Amino acid sequence: MKAAITIVAVAALASVPLWLRDPYLLNALITTGIFVIGAMSLNLLLGFTGQLSLGHIAFFGIGAYVSALTSLGFDVGLPGDVRLVHAPWPPIVGFVLAIIIAGLCGYFVGLLSFRVRGAYFVIVTISFAEVVRLVALNWVELTQGPLALTNIPSIALPLPGFGELTLRTKLQNYYLVLVVALIAYLLIARLVHSHFGRAMRGLMENETLAVSVGIDVTRTLTIAAVISAAIAGAAGSLYAHYIRIIDPEVFAFINTVTMVIMVITGGKGSLAGPVVGGLIFGMLPVALRPVMAPEAQWIAYGGVLIAILFVLPQGIVPSLALRLAKRRRRRSPAPVTLAETAAKEPA
Amino acid sequence: MTARSIAMTIDQVAVRFGGLVAISDMSFTVGEGEIVSLIGPNGAGKTTAFNVMTGFLTPSAGRVTYRDTALAGLKPHQIADLGLIRTFQRTSVFPNDTVHDNLLIGLHRQGRVRLIDAILGLPGARVSERRLRQRAGELLEWVGLERRAHDAAGSLSYGEQRLVGVALALAAEPSMLLLDEPVSGMNASETHRFVELIRSIRDRGITILLVEHDMPMVMTVSDRIVVLNYGRIIAEGTPDVIRNDPAVIEAYLGHGAGRA
Repeated sequence: MKAAITIVAVAALASVPLWLRDPYLLNALITTGIFVIGAMSLNLLLGFTGQLSLGHIAFFGIGAYVSALTSLGFDVGLPGDVRLVHAPWPPIVGFVLAIIIAGLCGYFVGLLSFRVRGAYFVIVTISFAEVVRLVALNWVELTQGPLALTNIPSIALPLPGFGELTLRTKLQNYYLVLVVALIAYLLIARLVHSHFGRAMRGLMENETLAVSVGIDVTRTLTIAAVISAAIAGAAGSLYAHYIRIIDPEVFAFINTVTMVIMVITGGKGSLAGPVVGGLIFGMLPVALRPVMAPEAQWIAYGGVLIAILFVLPQGIVPSLALRLAKRRRRRSPAPVTLAETAAKEPA
Repeated sequence: MTARSIAMTIDQVAVRFGGLVAISDMSFTVGEGEIVSLIGPNGAGKTTAFNVMTGFLTPSAGRVTYRDTALAGLKPHQIADLGLIRTFQRTSVFPNDTVHDNLLIGLHRQGRVRLIDAILGLPGARVSERRLRQRAGELLEWVGLERRAHDAAGSLSYGEQRLVGVALALAAEPSMLLLDEPVSGMNASETHRFVELIRSIRDRGITILLVEHDMPMVMTVSDRIVVLNYGRIIAEGTPDVIRNDPAVIEAYLGHGAGRA
């Protein structure tokens, strides 16, 4: 049942460019897809460990800048008359470095804040994002500051024997984002169903008990933070090479808030939640554009968010799963399922 | 005392919270494979002693040694790795998970596979996963909760939740188990079954330290009893000795209580 829904959903998403020819809509879908990847990575922390990263866009932005700078090259002066010169490397190397460096940042942020957790983690992540934004804004020699990094090359896939394929068209980029999103989804699914995932769930539900059976809090949460940050970095890299221009505004707080909204409406702690929430809040601006000014749109998002959480308090996906399970049980009395009990948690 | 080797040594442990003395000077030992009970009126320092032994609390003075390893400075999960596992008075389960999944979380120490194996679903991780599920099933059978395997742990009765708590602790493969008031909230027949369970745990070679208020239960199951009052040990010995100790009768059981 669940597998069937997944296959149908993937097939439907893969078929979109075949019938959707409107480049504007395709563009909106690509950027939405990139943000869905970001939301999935946020959900790994927020939904599966209960830690709210309110600076999550920092990892996304770091991925974007690392990838852009790797493929553009730079020449900066460091203290002590040292010049750091880097010749441009292929964007695909930038993509890999973006993942690694964002993951490392996740490691240090995790190490710093998971000894205390909760509100401290929220504060550390917000501050981290702000510091990174200020660096991007003020280290003009490296980042061009507000003038932005421009002419970022598109990602080129090396094809052994055929040279390489540069992904310039929207169609190509759509499939690139879809493939990366699928890999991220599978990775997160594997992780939360493994014994690491159980350790995370145990910590979220009853930390004292989890610790008493030998679960290492700092290590478990740090692993989650590293993987979450690395995936966000991958999304940032895709963003940089698709939009091909990047400025410090990428670190804006509103971008983190957007991801949080995607996760909460879709359903935190559910694998498909951020995908559903992300598609809704990614495409809503497109749907509202003909009828509303951008300022009015923000009010409308607020309205939609409140409406969804009012009708489906656990988020869309867990609430629907719960209703489905109830209907099935009415037909045949089956034991309580996990999805159902998980949905009983206060939102 | 029989000549068994010593599993745990509590040596001149003191715990003070500011001016309040929770434990003033506590020394006793627990032998391998022994069932020892720690009793005393409310506030005598029993749970505090448990917290010290499992690393949730650092003692103000003194030391705890388990199988020649000093526990000072170790974190709770590191102490769990030594095989010293505890249960809790109140928080005993992961309420939103099924009983079966509770045990899988409890089996954490057995299920350690490399992260990369788990993510890629490599054979090593799969074999480990299968083994864990089988082990969880066995533990459920042992404590008699097979019927409840797929119910949320939080939906179980209080007594059943206590059993889940014990199964969870057993899942962590203890060599010594610390049970904090395991039968509180249980009815007579549940308590009776629990005593059988404790004995079967001991028969597997697991040392047991028990904190409990249920006197008949303590008297039945213990090899030895340590009595605490106001943070100090006032008596120590076999159930028969404790039953007739005047200091215990006066301080703990009250005047004229006679036999428990």
